[in-house]
Amino acid sequence: MTEKSSITLTINGRDHAIKVEARRTLADAIREDCGQTGTHIGCEHGVCGACTVIVDGEPVRSCLMFAAQAAGKQIRTVEGLAKGDTLHPMQQAFMDHHGLQCGFCTPGFLMLAVGVLEREPDISDDDLIDVLSSNLCRCTGYQNIIKAVRAAAKEMRK
Amino acid sequence: MPEKQKFIGRSVPRLEDRPLLTGQGRFAADVSFPGQWHMRVVRSPVAHGNIISVDAAAALALPGVHAVWTYKDVAHIPRIGFRLTRIEGLTPYQQPVLADGVVRYVGEPVAVVFADDPYLAEDAADLVALDIAPLALAVTEPGVVRKAYGDIEAAFRDAHAVVKVELAVGRHSGVPMETRGAVARYDEARDVLEMHGAAKVPHWNRDQIAKMLGRDINSVQLYEGHVGGGFGIRGELYPEDVLVCAAALKFKRPIKWIEDRREHLISANHSRDQVHRVRAAIDAQGRILGIDDEFFHDNGAYMRTHAATVPDLAAAMLPGPYRVPAYRAAGHIRLTHKTPAGTYRAPGRYESTFVRERLMDAIAAKVGIDTVEVRRRNLIGKSAMPYNLGLETLGTHIVYDSGDYALLLDKALQAAGWHKLQAELKMRRAKGEKVGGGVGMFVEKSGLGPFDTVRIDVKRDGRVEVVTGVASIGQGVETVIAQICADTLGVDYQDINVVHGQTDRIAKGMGAFASRVTVMCGEATRLAAVKLREKALQAAAPLMQTNAGALDIVGGEIVRSGGGPSMTLAALAQQVSEGLSAEDTFEAAHMVYPYGVHVAAVKIDAETGGVTIERYVIAYDIGKAVNPKLVEGQIAGGLAQGIGGALFEEFAYDESGEPLSVTFADYLMPTAREVPDISVLISEDAPSPLNPLGLKGAGEGGANPVGAVIASAIDDALQRPGAVTRLPVTPQRLKALMAGR
Repeated sequence: MTEKSSITLTINGRDHAIKVEARRTLADAIREDCGQTGTHIGCEHGVCGACTVIVDGEPVRSCLMFAAQAAGKQIRTVEGLAKGDTLHPMQQAFMDHHGLQCGFCTPGFLMLAVGVLEREPDISDDDLIDVLSSNLCRCTGYQNIIKAVRAAAKEMRK
Repeated sequence: MPEKQKFIGRSVPRLEDRPLLTGQGRFAADVSFPGQWHMRVVRSPVAHGNIISVDAAAALALPGVHAVWTYKDVAHIPRIGFRLTRIEGLTPYQQPVLADGVVRYVGEPVAVVFADDPYLAEDAADLVALDIAPLALAVTEPGVVRKAYGDIEAAFRDAHAVVKVELAVGRHSGVPMETRGAVARYDEARDVLEMHGAAKVPHWNRDQIAKMLGRDINSVQLYEGHVGGGFGIRGELYPEDVLVCAAALKFKRPIKWIEDRREHLISANHSRDQVHRVRAAIDAQGRILGIDDEFFHDNGAYMRTHAATVPDLAAAMLPGPYRVPAYRAAGHIRLTHKTPAGTYRAPGRYESTFVRERLMDAIAAKVGIDTVEVRRRNLIGKSAMPYNLGLETLGTHIVYDSGDYALLLDKALQAAGWHKLQAELKMRRAKGEKVGGGVGMFVEKSGLGPFDTVRIDVKRDGRVEVVTGVASIGQGVETVIAQICADTLGVDYQDINVVHGQTDRIAKGMGAFASRVTVMCGEATRLAAVKLREKALQAAAPLMQTNAGALDIVGGEIVRSGGGPSMTLAALAQQVSEGLSAEDTFEAAHMVYPYGVHVAAVKIDAETGGVTIERYVIAYDIGKAVNPKLVEGQIAGGLAQGIGGALFEEFAYDESGEPLSVTFADYLMPTAREVPDISVLISEDAPSPLNPLGLKGAGEGGANPVGAVIASAIDDALQRPGAVTRLPVTPQRLKALMAGR
């Protein structure tokens, strides 16, 4: 169980050569082995979505994926969204619409929404709510998150 | 002269947001120290039993496992004490940090494993063999909360009629998205024990940890980082907090503990879980003559830090916005074999508002008037303010400080288009739809004292630092306090850093609970800023060759009222050798009482028993909203949690005491699909007379009456007054109700 193998995780375009046990989750590897603690762990059973990252263009629950499965793939986390001091339109929209309070679920929502909108920029409002209902937030009551994502969708289509 | 900018009352963006949006937050699990060991708790799989043996040999044999502790290793550590509402008889039921010979709930810490790595610690914990001889489940009643005023016997003797109902509110809780966590570290060089991951009440917890571990309080420091939601449950002193600290001292290694979700759901504070048998004496017009309530509060297996707080608040706040000439409540605290309970957003009030508002609906049905009219007939009038209720809670007399309840009811009904809505619902029901509307009213409490202290410094670069003893659990404390300081001092709110939750930065602090921060810390901030402004003007006057009365501070610059040369606060701070700072304390003997009205319209799916909330309107008077957008955020978030408790969330147990809600697949929290878009009306008709800004707290009014209002709307949809007697109204329960079972 405790034997480790060498893998390389590519996070936000940067390679991290790490040694992990086969059972190590991608979430733990990103946080502990690669030091990117913006990805949060809320339930470790794939329900809350706080750990959502984008792997090869798809939003995934990084608590349900083994680190070894992500080797060689392009991983994007919340740390990679902003360009220098300029926030990604999704981050800016969350700020403008008060789409976060404690901020713990926020990175997961950002990556979920960015991942989906990049793939499906013209997603319908109703489908968008379906997508957003796959993550949990305990502070905002969701409506400001929905407003923020709709506003960012407009911005991202420009 | 530049225009003076106002910040109070404006929805300015939050100061907190940028690090949280860019992945730079610092939550408990994000804190690590070199050489740290990880702690894993071995929890009881049995609801009640005698511990025969704990065999850790196999766990200790794993390479990288350093130690396993059981009760004998911590027998010298006292049980966790009470922070609030101590009543006689409860002390013997305080929780030890590890089970002392007997386990009393599934999830109780029995042993802890320390290892190099969290995966390894979990492996080792699985190898710790527990031999526990099960005992029968028992119920104990360690105490009863009693409150009364007026002649209750006479009220019932003289009543035109008596209305009786039995009501139950299920067991649910805050369940923040961040699970609990704590990282302790002993710095031998300074002889200081540090604990990172503190929340809510860092100073009280620091004092307790110091006392429990036999250390001077100045040699124990707690640090609050970002906190992933509080809601009452996070940040109370738990066994695990004490264990990481004791272990850091013993092993002289940093000790990190991060709980997983299953652990959270069976070991962090549960809440609610009350059964009320209530009766009202009324006259022929439906006016209340007296209310008599007997209730049973299932506190789970131990009395934790809140002691009798939740049942006490339930009993004290039950009368709400209505005239109740005589009142009696007896709240029986029951200890069972469930996870111990504590406060959760609107503690005691979610429960007793459900009871009171259900009772009001029952009175309406009895007298044959509508649910709005019965409320109107019983409201406390504006002219009766301040209104001394004649009850006490949290060490204070309950005196409603200000309010115009009838006016807010009118505003809420107007915002909801109540009459039109009623007509529409009626028409739809005639066509066979199960739709209905409900109204609920409540009085909240906020701004609990006894004090808060704030120190403000102008740094040499002109930035302003506000140091407080409150805490932030994600609600926007930094922004709101900065807004108050900015207005008073005359600087931009973005030039202010608000420091909170750090015990080494300020000697005393009360923390963040009871919707107290904006009121208590806000007023302390204003007082300190007034002092600091005066100090700055006095110091600047000789330098600017004028008198202080001719000066003002605008946008961080000291200016002359008639114009002319100015001076920045930064320049002044550089020239004042003793520094530019001021400290002040706000003391309050009484709480302040916001009040609100919720209106809902729901639709029942007769096939599935599912409830859709079609419309939801909240009117809440909080005296003065410092940042309306953040207030709306508090209300919307509270509503979502209130909906959870009304329709979905419940910690269920089987008959052997086995918890059934141990994952997010069985403990169902509302998602973006279930929480409706809402209309929020923030009203400022009744500023508090107890602080100059008129502030009241906004944290709990979104949640308080949701169970009551949804129940009322479901009754209306079914056209069966009083049908809902128990929360949550799950699809199964609603289907049973519709089938007449």
